[in-house]
Amino acid sequence: MTAALRFDPIRLPEKCEQLRKEVRAFLAEEAARGTFDASKPNREDTDVPEFCRRVGERGWIGMTWPKKYGGQERSFLERYVVTEEMRVANAPTRRFFVADRQSGPVLLKYAPEHIKMDILPRICKGEVCFAIGMSEPNSGSDLFAAKTRATKTDGGYLINGTKIWTSSAHIADYMIAIFRTSPPTKENRRHGLTQFLVKMKEPGIKVNPIGQITGQYEFNEVVFTDHFIPDDHVLGEVDGAWKQATSELAYERSGPERFLETYYVLTELVRAVGPNPDTRSAEGIGRLVAQLHTMRRMSVSVAGMLQAGKEPVVEASIVKDIGTVWEQQLPHRVRDLAAFVDETATNRETLQRQLDFAIKTAPKLTIQGGTTEVLRGIIARGLGLR
Amino acid sequence: MAESDNIVVETAEKIFADLADPQTINNDKKGAWQAPLWQALSEAGLPLSWVADDLGGSGASLADGFALLNAAGRFAVAVPLAETMLAGWLLAQGKIASPQGEMTVLPANPRDRITRDADGALSGSCRGVPFAKAAKHFAVLAHGNDGVSIALVDAGKARIEAGLNVGYDHSDSVTLDKVQPVTIKPAPDGVSQATLMLMGGVARSLQIAGALESMLDISVRYSNERVAFEKKISKFQAVQHNLARLAGESAAALAAATSAADAIANAKSFDDEIYLEAASAKIRCAEAAEKGGGIAHQVHGAIGFTMEHILHRYSLRALAWRDDFGSESYWAVELGKLVASRGADELWPLVASR
Ligand SMILES: Cc1cc2nc3c(=O)[nH]c(=O)nc-3n(C[C@H](O)[C@H](O)[C@H](O)COP(=O)(O)OP(=O)(O)OC[C@H]3O[C@@H](n4cnc5c(N)ncnc54)[C@H](O)[C@@H]3O)c2cc1C
Repeated sequence: MTAALRFDPIRLPEKCEQLRKEVRAFLAEEAARGTFDASKPNREDTDVPEFCRRVGERGWIGMTWPKKYGGQERSFLERYVVTEEMRVANAPTRRFFVADRQSGPVLLKYAPEHIKMDILPRICKGEVCFAIGMSEPNSGSDLFAAKTRATKTDGGYLINGTKIWTSSAHIADYMIAIFRTSPPTKENRRHGLTQFLVKMKEPGIKVNPIGQITGQYEFNEVVFTDHFIPDDHVLGEVDGAWKQATSELAYERSGPERFLETYYVLTELVRAVGPNPDTRSAEGIGRLVAQLHTMRRMSVSVAGMLQAGKEPVVEASIVKDIGTVWEQQLPHRVRDLAAFVDETATNRETLQRQLDFAIKTAPKLTIQGGTTEVLRGIIARGLGLR
Repeated sequence: MAESDNIVVETAEKIFADLADPQTINNDKKGAWQAPLWQALSEAGLPLSWVADDLGGSGASLADGFALLNAAGRFAVAVPLAETMLAGWLLAQGKIASPQGEMTVLPANPRDRITRDADGALSGSCRGVPFAKAAKHFAVLAHGNDGVSIALVDAGKARIEAGLNVGYDHSDSVTLDKVQPVTIKPAPDGVSQATLMLMGGVARSLQIAGALESMLDISVRYSNERVAFEKKISKFQAVQHNLARLAGESAAALAAATSAADAIANAKSFDDEIYLEAASAKIRCAEAAEKGGGIAHQVHGAIGFTMEHILHRYSLRALAWRDDFGSESYWAVELGKLVASRGADELWPLVASR
């Protein structure tokens, strides 16, 4: 076989089910106290620091990390369960999720000990928000075209240039960013980028909000003007960030958040059609559920591979590709089926409101975290075509 | 389902490699390959994998049998292996011993129905029965006034109208007209027509997934050989992206099918969760057969459209298998009704239960 793309049927162990119950109970409590409304993915107050702190208290942030840094040393599969329950409930996780998913693991790998001891426990407590500074105005898919400069100076670096599309930069305490420390070489155009830990609320950084077509403000432009970063905030190898950045992106893929972003419209459609749907609605729902179930089985399988210490780069890319295309089409399929929903369905308005928002959300899903075309390139490489 | 540590699959793959080479089969228009292949499979006890020793079979586990079907799909073999396995499994549910030789199951379509008279005679018509013409016996699921029965029927007593599916395999119409079975027993609790369709559907899903694995394999290989515009076509980004999508469809089909097989192999009964797994597998694999098969043909250009080339052995068979034991639309309606009847707030718990 050219490609041994096997997704073994990993089942979540019993202790995950116990944890799932705890997370559901916690989320029900939070919803009851009014922290969030699961039927409102488009709420204004997506940043809820107290909620993050309470999640931290439960030990559900950084849960796979070593105990000495505030983690719980629990499994990837347990983390998986927490992530999917939060996502399905539309819980306001924005403040801690990036740190939990990718910035924390990067620090664990590349930061000096005193920085780990300082920041990681605070992430686990839900007190710290991270942003990712990779994209620039002329370098999105082509990460290695990044130009923002880090110039060596006494005891550190001076940063000049602009990052863009930076999610949560307006609330972030830190950013992990790549900057250019030397020009690319003839042999290796990926050479010359270095990863840095940036403290956001410092001089020389200006965050300009950028409105999104959903009506929300989640990403930003971040302008650096002679911003100083001390030497011990260099993460990993100087000029060698490309290896690190690409492996970091692997954390961004294949998780349940990569196919559940518009899931709420499916639940709401099932509610709207009631217990005895017409044939067309039943078929539409059945297909969507079959597709969802299949993707989730693939995604759990990848979590199992990560747990087993493997590096399922191609498998993760496949899940992200199929997953984001699915969550992008989902609101359109649901809209199509909703045409047959009785106008008197009690949740008709909620469904419409959710659909409007999901349809506006959809275009970004195959772009954020690496575009579909780029992912397919990675899969093609895995198949031995490049 | 790792191939390497599974003796059943290893045995089967050896036999397939020796006697079911797709190119050899494709060139042999007279079908001379069939008898030796079936004989070798029978000698290895594979067609009765799911039948315990005391009922005449080789007593492999459900899991091993499912893995065997996946391997059979990778070779797109056109002998009634899956059908005989299913028939043996059904008979075993009724504690009926399996005879030797080719078998198939009735019905193979969820809407067809065989009924049983008070005196035990069976009647009814079934369409699209795979390999009915080749079968010596039928394993029949029949409905009577007092419940469901399982019967062994001599194929010679049925009226059979031969037909072909889109994959050029026999897919026949079978009519039983007051036929007295060789043996008939009441079905145990939990075995119904739906159970048979789910088992058959998962068997077909594994075969479809196997065929897609092979389609990916030969498509990648072909793209690395074929030169156009002075380049291997594998170097064109559009071709790479098509193949990446085929890999996704193949992976999704295999994931859905193996997950359902694993679920059934470890299930105590056919509850809603097994229903979700099995129905999803049939729906998703059928969708993958359409999308993935389309890409495999696109990559192969005109050569893949010829009878001489082996691609159609996989692509057409995968398309044909969609129709057996409930099409994807059938299962989608059923699964949708199940989800709706459980209610919106039970949807995520159902999905997350697996
Ligand atoms: C909601 C949202 C949040 C984001 N958050 C962050 C963040 O927090 N941090 C961050 O760094 N970035 C973030 N991004 C940026 C994101 O990673 C980039 O948008 C993405 O990498 C694509 O880059 P681009 O927008 O410059 O598009 P381009 O690279 O200009 O691509 C435009 C189109 O051309 C295609 N294309 C480009 N190159 C190729 C190629 N070689 N082959 C085939 N097709 C190609 C692309 O697939 C795309 O369809 C976010 C984006 C969105 C939408």
